[in-house]
Amino acid sequence: MNSTDEISQDDVDSLFERLIIDAKASGYSLNPDTEFAKDLVRSLIVNQRRYGYPSCPCRLSSGTKSDDIDIICPCDYRDPDLDEFGACYCALYVSKAILKSEKRLTSIPERRPSPEEREKAGSGRDILANLSYPVWRCKVCGYLCAREHPPETCPVCKATKERFERFI
Amino acid sequence: MNIKHVGGDNKASLMLYALSTCIWCKRTKLFLQQQGIGYDYVDVDGLEGDEKEKTLEEIRRWNPRCSFPSLVVNGERCIVGFDEDKIREAIGL
Repeated sequence: MNSTDEISQDDVDSLFERLIIDAKASGYSLNPDTEFAKDLVRSLIVNQRRYGYPSCPCRLSSGTKSDDIDIICPCDYRDPDLDEFGACYCALYVSKAILKSEKRLTSIPERRPSPEEREKAGSGRDILANLSYPVWRCKVCGYLCAREHPPETCPVCKATKERFERFI
Repeated sequence: MNIKHVGGDNKASLMLYALSTCIWCKRTKLFLQQQGIGYDYVDVDGLEGDEKEKTLEEIRRWNPRCSFPSLVVNGERCIVGFDEDKIREAIGL
């Protein structure tokens, strides 16, 4: 089950480079401590191989993709955590302010709702009638679009279709 | 259960619930090791079935959110997240 040993430095380096490029392109920043960031990137690869999706290294995955969709990296909680604490839950992503300061990062409180709360949030939605199209929201970056279905890939942050929720 | 022990000073009885992939769990382990403190730990992501469920129940008693790391000190209190100052204070370092 644990295939950590087979992950090569090349695997880690190439994902790390890709994440840096994606982050820059959409206005995000990776932790400037390369050793720290690469340790997390390695764990993302571990989770990708274990579960079939790169679930958050600092949270326990259920092993069921639909239950973990909100914690697939980058998680739904990255932006609010960047706003409030200057870093995501793992501190793989950091804010511009943190990037400039030399502030020592520490772990932050868990923002993810409990399974019961998550279920509740998904069920009660007010429908606004008479819109010509539904409005879809990317839960990773907040991008909104009005069309029949969400796009295959978020044009802003590259999150996949399944990360969208119907907003209106 | 799959509890592992790391040898060192027995200043306090420490049970660390961790994930093998979690960076803050690794920092907690490293900190304890650097301080020469002995502790028990279990990497919950390596458990399966009943053992995993039982362990999660145990963690929830201390930390209902069941987040990691959760460090139980002397069976009395639980430090959630990596917090050097709280660990120092709880162990008396």
